[in-house]
Formats: sequence, structure tokens, C-alpha cells
Amino acid sequence: MQKRTGKIVKIIGNMVTASFDTYVIQNEVGFIVRGGLRLKAEVIRVRGGCAELQVFETTRGLKIADEIEFTGELLCAELGPGLLGQIFDGLQNPLPVMAQKCGFFLKPGEYFKPLDENAHWGFTPLVKIGDQLKPGGRLGFVPEKIFRHFIMAPFGLSGVLEVVNIAAPGNYTLKDRIAQLKDDQGRIHDAFMSQAWPVKIPIGCYEEKLMPHEPLVTKMRLMDSLFPVALGGTYCIPGPFGAGKTVLQQLTSRHAQVDVVVIAACGERAGEVVETLKTFPHINDPRTGRPLSDRTVIICNTSSMPVAARESSVYTAVTIAEYYRQMGLHVLLLADSTSRWAQAMREMSGRLEEIPGEEAFPAYLESRIASFYERAGVVRLYDGMFGSVTIGGAVSPAGGNFDEPVTQATLKVVGAFHGLSRERSDARRYPAIDPLISWSKYRGIIEPEKMSTAHAYLRKSFEVSQMMKVVGEEGTPLADYLDYLKGEFFDSVYLQQNAFDEVDEATASDRQVYVFDLIHRIMEAEFIFKDREEALHFFQRLRQLFRGLNSNTWGSEEFRRSESEIKKAAAEKIGVS
Amino acid sequence: MHKVYTNIIEISGDVITVEAEGIGYNEIAEVTTSRGTSLAQVIRLDGKKVFLQVFAGSKGISTGDKVRFLSHPMRVSCGEDLLGRIFNGSGLPLDRGPVLSQNPIDIGGPSVNPVKRIIPNKMIRTGVPMIDVFNSLVESQKLPIFSIAGEPYNELLARIAIQAEVDVIILGGMGLKYDDYLFFRDTLEKHGALPRSIFFVHTASDPTVECLLVPDISLAVAEQFALSGKRVLVLLSDMTNFCDALKEISITMEQVPSNRGYPGDLYSQLAARYEKAVDFETAGSITILAVTTMPGDDVTHPVPDNTGYITEGQFYLKNGVIEPFGSLSRLKQQVNGKTRDDHRLIMDTMIQLFASARETKEKQAMGFQMSGWDNKLLKYGLAFEQRMMSLAVNIPLEKALDLGWEILADCFEPEETGIRKALIEKFWPKK
Repeated sequence: MQKRTGKIVKIIGNMVTASFDTYVIQNEVGFIVRGGLRLKAEVIRVRGGCAELQVFETTRGLKIADEIEFTGELLCAELGPGLLGQIFDGLQNPLPVMAQKCGFFLKPGEYFKPLDENAHWGFTPLVKIGDQLKPGGRLGFVPEKIFRHFIMAPFGLSGVLEVVNIAAPGNYTLKDRIAQLKDDQGRIHDAFMSQAWPVKIPIGCYEEKLMPHEPLVTKMRLMDSLFPVALGGTYCIPGPFGAGKTVLQQLTSRHAQVDVVVIAACGERAGEVVETLKTFPHINDPRTGRPLSDRTVIICNTSSMPVAARESSVYTAVTIAEYYRQMGLHVLLLADSTSRWAQAMREMSGRLEEIPGEEAFPAYLESRIASFYERAGVVRLYDGMFGSVTIGGAVSPAGGNFDEPVTQATLKVVGAFHGLSRERSDARRYPAIDPLISWSKYRGIIEPEKMSTAHAYLRKSFEVSQMMKVVGEEGTPLADYLDYLKGEFFDSVYLQQNAFDEVDEATASDRQVYVFDLIHRIMEAEFIFKDREEALHFFQRLRQLFRGLNSNTWGSEEFRRSESEIKKAAAEKIGVS
Repeated sequence: MHKVYTNIIEISGDVITVEAEGIGYNEIAEVTTSRGTSLAQVIRLDGKKVFLQVFAGSKGISTGDKVRFLSHPMRVSCGEDLLGRIFNGSGLPLDRGPVLSQNPIDIGGPSVNPVKRIIPNKMIRTGVPMIDVFNSLVESQKLPIFSIAGEPYNELLARIAIQAEVDVIILGGMGLKYDDYLFFRDTLEKHGALPRSIFFVHTASDPTVECLLVPDISLAVAEQFALSGKRVLVLLSDMTNFCDALKEISITMEQVPSNRGYPGDLYSQLAARYEKAVDFETAGSITILAVTTMPGDDVTHPVPDNTGYITEGQFYLKNGVIEPFGSLSRLKQQVNGKTRDDHRLIMDTMIQLFASARETKEKQAMGFQMSGWDNKLLKYGLAFEQRMMSLAVNIPLEKALDLGWEILADCFEPEETGIRKALIEKFWPKK
């Protein structure tokens, strides 16, 4: 094939404009060659006979007339065994390998193979010669950590494929061909244990996409009980700085009841990623007894790393998530933060001198956000198994104002909204998800009627508390005051969760259902009090008892003791109704 | 051999355009005018047209002046010789000392590989109880002081610099008032800290764009010291001026502004600087304390807002004291469990009670009746403000914790504080 090249004619920031000799392809990858370095870039617009490329590295030192080699390939992720437990940058460079080779600093123009090509994997075939399958169909599997990592026919082929050759059981590396497939036209394709897939195109090798209905349990009571997320659903967490978005994402990544977690640390603090990547190998997943890092893939393009790679990091992450979904696994993708991703688009749009939309974000912001979240979903695979990708995106609105374009565009396309508020975090009420503004369209683990009673008490309690600010406690009727206390009580013993308490940190779904029911009965009970003071005292006592219950292990003797104490205390004040 | 070009075809704001060939992006050039020589940096290349931002400003540049390209990015010399020296925003001496040229390093280098960082775990003691007790400063932390103009933020910076146990102090001044510069110099000298300090000072009277170099120069030098195992504290005052200079250049370059005229990449620009704060796996560390003045005390202004999303907390300086409620050190949990057993207890208890005291004060202002408990809280609030919060208080952490117990015992009965009984028995001062 003829080598296609171009020459730089213009440089602004991380965007270069190049003239080219034959043709270019939109979104193809090109390498800028300068002094032995090859800098990766992507064609993002062709205009006036010139190609405009975003460079994934610093453009410092580049000169006019430097050569660009076009590859004809879109920006791809390498998919295969060995992804789990790995830490990549936005272009899927394995960071530990880079640290070994380059030392303390990232080195522009250095790219490493995402997967270890020399590692041996024990392959077991699932097909024999003459079998027919579709792209994405299973050729065999290798063990990866705790999973069966299925080796699939290349997603990029089409039609029905016939197996003409398949490797015998045994150890192979990623360089070894494990199968040959013949397509409708009689062409023969080689298949390896890994395959490349363009990150900006969804993997669509499944029978159908289904309605998400099964709850995804995060073990955060506020989320699971009041604003549930479904497997294959989408949700967003907007919040001002310091409200605890990242802590929430970290807790979710630890406790969520899914098979694989993909973390996209996109344009945020390096320190926070460091915490995840240094602690996860030492925390055991209670479900499997293996380190959390065994089920986690981290894509980390922190705020000081090149901006264009930040934009691609989100796509790399979702592609990896889709890949594991193809194996019939439930995958959770946590993106922190999608605002930084949107800002990366804004920076590029500015350099392209496009007509700006609101707050200078590009006009296509909404559609890009929508198509990203649309890559989530539960799917039925060709073999009848189900897999899902759930996407949870943190949003960092400028000034903590939810009216800004990124939050608004996100709210339109997600199924649940967990809005964090400054007031709640200032009052040290964690998690700081504001129950009065948040919503979810998914069905959770709690019966809807009970859920709406809880919502009603929270609203009523808030109204009364606002009123009390004006008229004081003295001017509040006892019945209203009681509603206020009930709402506050529910908030403090159920919605708030102590991340520093071993037991309270994570609540399993059966426990949530049980305890919610207990609280629900207390809230609906008819209490009789002499005056406000007695009511206050009663709920303070109840709160203390419940906090004790929250730190008792589920099903333990202490738990039962605390529970009967609560019931006894409550019974004392329940009148004849 | 460096080529010299004399065909300046455009002068707009502090950006000049010259026709030249073979020039590298972000390369440095020297512009020689009748009034002297200034450094300039390439910020756009378009065919033969080379756009340069002139750090000394474009005033007095003639279209026939000489532009000499140096074929390298901005560099600064580094090493032990810099200690005790004072330079301007371009790295030239202000203190009559010799010009340094050995060991030049590029500024604004690549970022640290996240896997080579470690989780920060060493506390920096400052002698300010509001920091040490309530929002501990941690080595490798990046923390801004949010305040409005006129607050004593430079005094606070200087004090922390003098008392912090670090090996090297680097001050990056941006738009610093001349008085403030002298204040820093004299204070550090008086306390014997000058020999371990390096100043890069851009004063308010210098051309605006020159301050763009200050954070990069300061941090590049800091990085070299950190790599050789030193603990470095970088003070940056005031980052809002830096952002305003960015704004000026981007408007001149006709870039689409995003929010209140600031460029769309303000977040990335700030992050590229703040993220230089690091604790290296096998070497030293960089801690960054910056000042961000908030126009109109508005925390949602683009500069403090973007800063808050990048930094690991903030100190909120208001009415001459560090406000406990707006302030936050995100890394304090990493260190305050290892100081003294009662550290977290004092921190939580005193803040909760102080929050109640504030509420009571509001109630009092609104004319509600004060109960006995309310009066106790008011007394406590006053004691807390005078004996703990005041910036005049300068005591080590242990003394501050003892003082905390003393204040609590002065104002409350043990059971009123909500502290568990076992801990009361252990720590409550015996009379």
C-alpha cells in the first residue's frame, strides 16, 4: 500500500493543520515525525484542502513542514486478555510499563503495547472446524483473573463466518493465530486472542438491546432505596467542588454488585487516582475474596495530561466496558468527570474556530453526550446470555450551577440524577445527594408505595423546617413539628451513611429492605406526645439506637438486640390508633 | 547560528507577528528594540507567519526591530546556586547578583506518571491552629488561599513559609505590589529563611504578560530540587493575576472566550501548574500554596471555581481569619490520625460546637430569647474566635490541642460536648 503523508502548515496549541498529497480519512490517526519522535494525532476536520489534526501530545518544538504519516486507521483500543487490573492512559498506554521504561515523567511520543504480547494464556477452543458463527461469536476462552475471558470472532467482520481452522487447547500468546474464519465471500480472516476496535464506534455484536429493569445494588442506601440505578442504565452525579463526587464514585467502585468496573479518571486530580490504584490491590472484594484490582480497569488521563487524550479516554473506557459486556458480564463504567471531557471538546472547538454555543461549548455537545450515554445498556447476546454496561458520570458544573450546558445536556439522556448539594455537604450529611432535587426512572429494591411515603416525609420535613426559620419552634404546631422530626430522623439514620464505619459503609440489599421496612413502620405510626420537647427527646433517643444498629453486623446477636430495643422504645409512645 | 528577522508585520496587543522559517512551536526569541531586549514566545505558527507573545509588552516595538530566535523553549537555570537569589519573571537577577546560565532546564515539562506518585502521608506543621488542628497541610498538597483583596494573605504565606519544615522555599510573585515583595524579602531575611529561598518576582508595575512565566519557572526549579530529594514549598501569589494575563493573551489572539472572557482552556492551564505538586516515590516533594483573590468575594467566579476543582481543598481567609466553614483540606485524613489520639476528636467536637455557636449568634441577632445553653455557646464562640482562630495565635499542634481542651473545659460540662465517656475520662482536663 502506498504511504500517504502530509506536511504541517499551521500550529495553534495542540491543533495542527496539514496539507496532504493524496487523500485523508476523517478521524484517521496520523503520526507527526520530528527528530525520531512520532507523535500521535487524529484528523478531526478537513477544510480548504487541508486536514486539521488534534495532537495527543504537546506540540512544543514542532515546525512548519514537519512530516505527517497517515495510517488509514481510526483511533483503536486493543481488546484482549490482560486488560483487568491494568492502568492505562487515555490512549491505552499501560502506565506501569511506561514508568518502568521512562521513569518519573510521561514521555511524549512513547507508545507501548496495551497488552503484554509475551504472556501465555491457556486457550480452550469452543468451536470445531466447519462450525458457523457470527462476528462476536465465541471461538474459545482463556482464564483471566476470576473470569472466563471469551475469545471472540473479530467484531469488524460481517455475515456468517465458517471456522476453517482452530487452535488446539494449549498455551498461546497474543501474537499466535488461534483461528481462521471464512466469510460469505470466501475470504479467509485470521483471528487472534486480541483485536483492535475503533473507540468512537459502539460494538454492536448482539441480538437486541433490552429495557434495563434489574436494580444495580451499590450498597449506598440513599441511592439504592430512593434513587435506584438499573443494570444497563445511566446516571449522573453533578455537584460543586468539595461536595464529595469523587468519594462517592470511589465507594461505588468498591461496593457495586457488578462483575467488572471500568474507571475513567478523566481530567481530574492525579492524587485521587493514585489513591485508587494504590489501595485497590489491597482491598478484597467480599463477593470473590480477590483483590478489587482484579475486576477493575483504570483509564487515567488526569488534568495535566494532554487534553486531546482526555477526550479519547472516555471512549477508550466505554469500548473496554462494551468488550466485557460481549462476554455476558455486567460492567459498570464510572466517568469522573464528564465535564472535563466536555471542556476538552470546547478547547478543540475553539481552536477550530467553530461558532460557539452556550458558554462557548460546541453546538454538538448535546449529541456527543447523548451518544456516549447511549452506549450503556443491557443486551441479549447471540447465545442468549445477557450482559450490561451501566454508565455513571460525575459532572462538575461551573460555579456549582446545574443550569450550565453540560449538566443540562446530561440530564436529558440519563435515567437517574443524583444531585449533590453544597448545603448538605457543609452540614456534613454524607452522601451529600440532595433527596429533594434528585430523581430516578428505574425501579429499585424498595416497594414504590413505601418509597413515595419516604419522599413525602422528606418534602414535608423540609417545608416545616423552612417555616420554622420564620416563626420559630414556638409557633410550629405539634403535628407539623412531628413531621419535621420524622423527616430528619429518616435522613440521619438511613440516608446518611458513615464511610468510616466498617459496617455502615456498605449496606446489602436485603438489609436495606428490612431496615427500610422497620423505619417505614415507625414513620407511619401514630405517636402521642405531650409536647414538642418530649417528641424531640424521643426521636433523639431513637436516632441514637438506630446509629448503634447501623454499625451492628447484619444477622448478628447485637443487631437483634438493637432492633428489639428500638421496637420497645417505639412501642412506648404509640397510642391506641 | 541563530537567524535574525526584522520583518515584523503585525503588532496587536502584546503579540507580534514576524515572517520567518524553520521555527519550532513554543520556541523562545529575543526581541531587541531601542529600549532594550525582551523575551518572546511562539504561540502560533501559520505558514511563514510566526506569532510571538512579547513578555515585556509591545510598547515601543518598531516594525523594523530585530527578532532573534533561540531554537529552544523557555529555559531556566537551576541548582544550589539559585538559593538566596531573587529573579524577575523571566529569570533575570533583580538582586545585583550574577546572571546564572549553568544547568538550563526546559520549563513546563511533561507531567508525572501517576503510578510514580505515592499517597501523601506527611504533615507540614505551620504553627497556625486553624491549619494544623482543623485542616492540616500535607506534604505534596496543592492548596489555594481564597480571599478578597486587602486580606492578609501574603502575611499568612510568609508565616507558613518561615515555620514550615521544608528544605527549599520558592516564591513566585505575580502582579505583586512592590511593598509586598519587600515584605516577603524582609520577613524571610529576618527569620533566617532567605538562604533557603528563591524568589521569582513579577511586580504589579511589570508588563502583564511577563507573569505568565512565573508559575512555570518556579515549578520547573522546584521539580529539580524535588528530584534530588528535597522537600520544596512553592508559594504563588496571586494566581488570579496569572489568569487575567491568560485572558488578555487569548483575547488578543481572537480566541472564543468561554466564561467572563476567560479562555476555554483555563482549567487545563491551571491544572498543568497545580498538578506539579507531587510526592515522588523515591525522591522529594513539591507542596504548592497559592493565593487566589476572588473578585467581589464570589467563589463562583471562573478563577476560584476552576481552582477549587483542581486543588486539594482551600483555605478561606475572611475578615483576617481562616474561616473554618469554607476551608477544607482534602488530605487531612491522611495525617491527622497519626499525630495525637485526641486530634480528630478535638477537630470534630470544636467545629460542631462552633457551628452551633454561630447559629445561636444569628438567633441572638434576630432577637430570639437566649437560654442558658445559648449563653454557654456564645461564650464558647467568643473564646474560640479569640484564642484559636486569630492569626496572632502561633503555637505548635500539641499546645493547640491542649488549648482546645482548656477552652472546652472553660465553657462546658463534659457531657454537654457529646464526647463519649471513655474519651472524657482520658482527656478532659482535671481541675
